[in-house]
Amino acid sequence: MINIKNLSFAYKKQAPLFQDLSLTEGTGQIIGLLGKNGAGKTTLLQLIAGMLTPASGEILVNSYKSTKREASFLESIYFVPEEFTMPSIKMWDFIEAFIPFYPRFDKQLLDDLINKFELDQQKNLSKMSHGQKKKFRIAFALATRCQLIILDEPTNGLDIPSKTIFRQLVAGSLQEDQTVIISTHQVKDVETLIDKIILVDNGQVIFNQSIIDISEKYDFKIVSHLPDNVLYSELNPMGYNIVTPSIGESSEVDIELLFNAINNGKTFN
Amino acid sequence: MMEFKNNKGIFQQIADNICERVLSGEYAPGDKVQSVRKLAATLGVNQNTIMRTFIELQHNNIVENRRGVGYFVTDNAPKMIRDMRKEEFTQEILPAFIQQVKLLGITREELEPLFNQLKENEDEDK
Repeated sequence: MINIKNLSFAYKKQAPLFQDLSLTEGTGQIIGLLGKNGAGKTTLLQLIAGMLTPASGEILVNSYKSTKREASFLESIYFVPEEFTMPSIKMWDFIEAFIPFYPRFDKQLLDDLINKFELDQQKNLSKMSHGQKKKFRIAFALATRCQLIILDEPTNGLDIPSKTIFRQLVAGSLQEDQTVIISTHQVKDVETLIDKIILVDNGQVIFNQSIIDISEKYDFKIVSHLPDNVLYSELNPMGYNIVTPSIGESSEVDIELLFNAINNGKTFN
Repeated sequence: MMEFKNNKGIFQQIADNICERVLSGEYAPGDKVQSVRKLAATLGVNQNTIMRTFIELQHNNIVENRRGVGYFVTDNAPKMIRDMRKEEFTQEILPAFIQQVKLLGITREELEPLFNQLKENEDEDK
């Protein structure tokens, strides 16, 4: 699905953001792309989508070179940016205008998603709130049925009930040949939705594992006293949040704790 | 060391939930369990995670896969689940319970509701 080979990239007059980054990802996953502010998450997404050109290296999406931006590549990928402006037209006019670019578009699914998000197709897009615009773009993205859907901070601006609906709609409407990349700082919003964590830092992928693997290899719990086998701990009102090697049963992954552990130099193989 | 919170992995939580519904009779042997897609859409959980739930349940002979149709509760699912729960009880819950009894100096009198229940269970078995 995604094949990045020896990617290097730098913005003008700035230190390189990525140096020799390689990454291969199969289809049918929902990937959570995590990293600190300025780690280059959005830049990496834009490179994958062909919106930026690498200094060196190659990015293949479904064996298309993303820099070539061929029509058959562009119709298989949909990018929802974190911030965007919408034209001053009605929602259904926008839909009519953009449907022809996406051969797998599912209009029935779109109507269904728009209803679930409680949006009104008659409304002028530029007059909607930021959260409503975002929900519309997410609904549109899912309805394109593109093989690759990229969501950059999708839950920013969404109210509390909408975050639950967002998870239900993404989890319920994907088909086997689709891949989703979600970049986010709001890991709690997507904790049950993603099945893979990729962490970028200092221009490299420093962690890349499936949630199920992590949940079987490590124990995440809250305890009163630190045991001997603790790998990482943080203070908590009840005692400590800790990670230890697993002793058999699977454990619900605390992604924030894992993130902090890795940022503090702990390695999880 | 006291453990306050130690949740199982999400695929395991969903498996436990399905088992609970079998024990309560909501799912009877032979019933079709909600599809992977339906469960994903209801719970907002990744479809691969839910696939993993079904692999786990199938491995424990609680559901069986009828190709192209879906997953169905097996005839001996209630017994399998009860056996698994009993094992969990004797290996984890009971030792923790005994530890608390010891720590708090609980007396026979204070545990009377427990003895009453045990007697009721024995009478039922007769």
